[in-house]
Amino acid sequence: MSAPDRSPNESRSNALRLTDLPLGAAAEVVSVDPGSPASGRLLDLGFTPGTKVLGVRRAPLGDPVVYELRGMRLCLRRTEASRVRVHRV
Amino acid sequence: MSTADAGTTAAGALLRLGLVGSPNSGKTTLFNALTGMRARVGNYPGVTVERREGRCTVEGREIVVIDLPGAYSLDPISPDEEIVSRVLDGELDAAPDALMMVADACSLERSLLVLGQLLAREVPSCLVVTMLDELHARGGRLDLERLEAALGVPVFGVVGHRGIGMAAVREALTQPERWSHPPIPPPLPPLERAAWADSVAAAVIERRPAHHALTEKIDSVVLHPVAGTLLFAAVMVTFFQLIFAWATPAMDAIDAGVGMAAVATRTALPAGLLTDFLADGLIAGVGSVVIFLPQIVLLFTLLALLEDIGYMARAAFLVDRVMGRIGLEGRSFVALLSSYACAVPGIMATRTIPSPRNRLVTILVAPLMTCSARLPVYALLIGAFVPARNVWGPFGLQGLVLLGLYLMGAIAALCVAALLKRTVLRGQSLPFYMELPSYRLPPFRLLVAQVSERAGAFLRRAGTIILAVSIVLWCLLTFPRSEPPASASAPEAARSALENSFAGRAGVAIEPLIAPLGFDWKIGVGLLASLAAREVIVATLAQIYAASDEETSLRAAIRADVDPDTGAPVFTPGTVAALLVFFVFALQCMSTLAIMRRETGTWRWPAFAFGYLLVLAWTASFAAQRLVSALV
Ligand SMILES: Nc1nc2c(ncn2[C@@H]2O[C@H](COP(=O)(O)OP(=O)(O)OP(=O)(O)O)[C@@H](O)[C@H]2O)c(=O)[nH]1
Ligand SMILES: [Mg+2]
Repeated sequence: MSAPDRSPNESRSNALRLTDLPLGAAAEVVSVDPGSPASGRLLDLGFTPGTKVLGVRRAPLGDPVVYELRGMRLCLRRTEASRVRVHRV
Repeated sequence: MSTADAGTTAAGALLRLGLVGSPNSGKTTLFNALTGMRARVGNYPGVTVERREGRCTVEGREIVVIDLPGAYSLDPISPDEEIVSRVLDGELDAAPDALMMVADACSLERSLLVLGQLLAREVPSCLVVTMLDELHARGGRLDLERLEAALGVPVFGVVGHRGIGMAAVREALTQPERWSHPPIPPPLPPLERAAWADSVAAAVIERRPAHHALTEKIDSVVLHPVAGTLLFAAVMVTFFQLIFAWATPAMDAIDAGVGMAAVATRTALPAGLLTDFLADGLIAGVGSVVIFLPQIVLLFTLLALLEDIGYMARAAFLVDRVMGRIGLEGRSFVALLSSYACAVPGIMATRTIPSPRNRLVTILVAPLMTCSARLPVYALLIGAFVPARNVWGPFGLQGLVLLGLYLMGAIAALCVAALLKRTVLRGQSLPFYMELPSYRLPPFRLLVAQVSERAGAFLRRAGTIILAVSIVLWCLLTFPRSEPPASASAPEAARSALENSFAGRAGVAIEPLIAPLGFDWKIGVGLLASLAAREVIVATLAQIYAASDEETSLRAAIRADVDPDTGAPVFTPGTVAALLVFFVFALQCMSTLAIMRRETGTWRWPAFAFGYLLVLAWTASFAAQRLVSALV
């Protein structure tokens, strides 16, 4: 599983981690950091480049956070969400 | 796997159709509609964790339908997903000859990712798009004809639980082997597959469904830190009140019926061994358990509502942080919640947990969750010994004590899990993610079916395990028959006969072990018998007390029982507390041990669980006995 190879440097420079995305702000997935058991699963769940994501709600204790993407609401822990790079749209 | 021989499945063998797709897309609902079976459905991902086969006949032809767990991908990360890929590879049984892929219309964009993987297998396939009702209600629109053209397989739109659109699906089932597979399979590498999925989605989604307004509204309350917690507490406290307030009249009616049956047996039949057996052994034994049916039904209704409305995934979301501190994850919590019905499905539900160690820890603590088999024991003892008075407003003491016992089990489960994760089963958690489904109002029919299914299982248990143990126990309590001392009064004679029976002797033999807890030999017999199944202790006590006095109900009999030598009551407050606490902890259930063995593949873990829970039960019970004796 390789990161997308279209100019990663350029797109990463202004990319933020999904965990840094404020609630209610829309973003687009840039890439998923490779190299952990979570990476492949995040792609299978639909965090592929170009996918629109929206942070919806934070759990009362601060973690996990519900994201909306591809017509579903999915909650992710910080550890996994921080592997997803996005840029705001 | 070749498709050239489609239609000529190995001589005589029935065609096998696999139901596959992402979790919570309505596969089992379709399975039930096709086969007429009643496999469990629920509104959260991960309800089905086993493959299950059923038969479906269309136009005189029989085919085998296989319901499978949901999967986000064919590269499995948890045991339930592994079943899907292994079934498709033909590693568990003959591989399916055709696939019925299932996708939720509202999240087609997501489902297409796994559909791409399925289509690439080049097996004859079709796609059933479910939840069209929700799609339309939310203003979304899909072009199913273009979807059919884009995928290259037949596509059907249905509303699964109402049977809308099912006629066309059945029609297609006359010749599944004729279904197509795409001429050019979708690409497999994740990013290319996603690009393929996006292009299909762009072509067929005419209008995206809007947010489910009701779900948003309910979530803003239920998932709110303060409002959500208060609401949850209110629902729970009310529920435990209802268990005593509502269920008691129904229970008394069944109780009276059982008493009448016993008396009628005695009057209709001549006195003798057979009559004793029927009245004291069967009717008293099984009847004493059956009277708790109203409570059981109430409990199952609450659980079915939580599962069908869509609360389970939210519960996992709410407590995941706490579970993370322990070293587990939200999914473990879903499995533990399922254990409130019975530890067996709870342990099965751990198949959705990716990390093997977390799964094992969850299996080991699942028996601490208060299963429905404990309810008769708690209800009997609380009903007999805890005064039915209100302590605060409408809240009765009995309900609060019951709530306390449930909490005690849950807190113990979390503490033991934390301990295990910090010692023998240390290890990293694998990715945690959980899809939150839209809230759904379950059709009343479905709710009734689910509750009666589980209540039926409770009655079947009473008719099988408890009946069998009751029969064996009656024999052990009756033989060998001993001559009472000539001077003895009738009750004394009955008591001495019991004490000298095989079971009585066993109870007396373990008395030194349980005497520190305040238990006499009769409770000892009950504890030994309850190793088969917890509610058996109720049946056993009912038999013992019916043998010495059959006029009074079991509740009244245990309240009135006194030690023959000292005249002190047998069930002191300390003893009752100790007995209740013992049942909170002890693993008295053969089925749980068997399922633990099956899911872990060794007897080591069930043995470990049995051992640690017994030690815990004895210690906590001893502490409770001392504490309550000192206080009261
Ligand atoms: N509105 C609506 N609800 C549906 C439809 N089909 C199924 N449901 C509901 O959706 C939920 C999930 O259905 P299941 O049949 O359990 O889904 P599944 O795919 O077997 O789920 P897993 O076994 O967890 O993978 C249940 O609450 C069903 O009652 C449908 O066509 N419309
Ligand atoms: Mg299912």
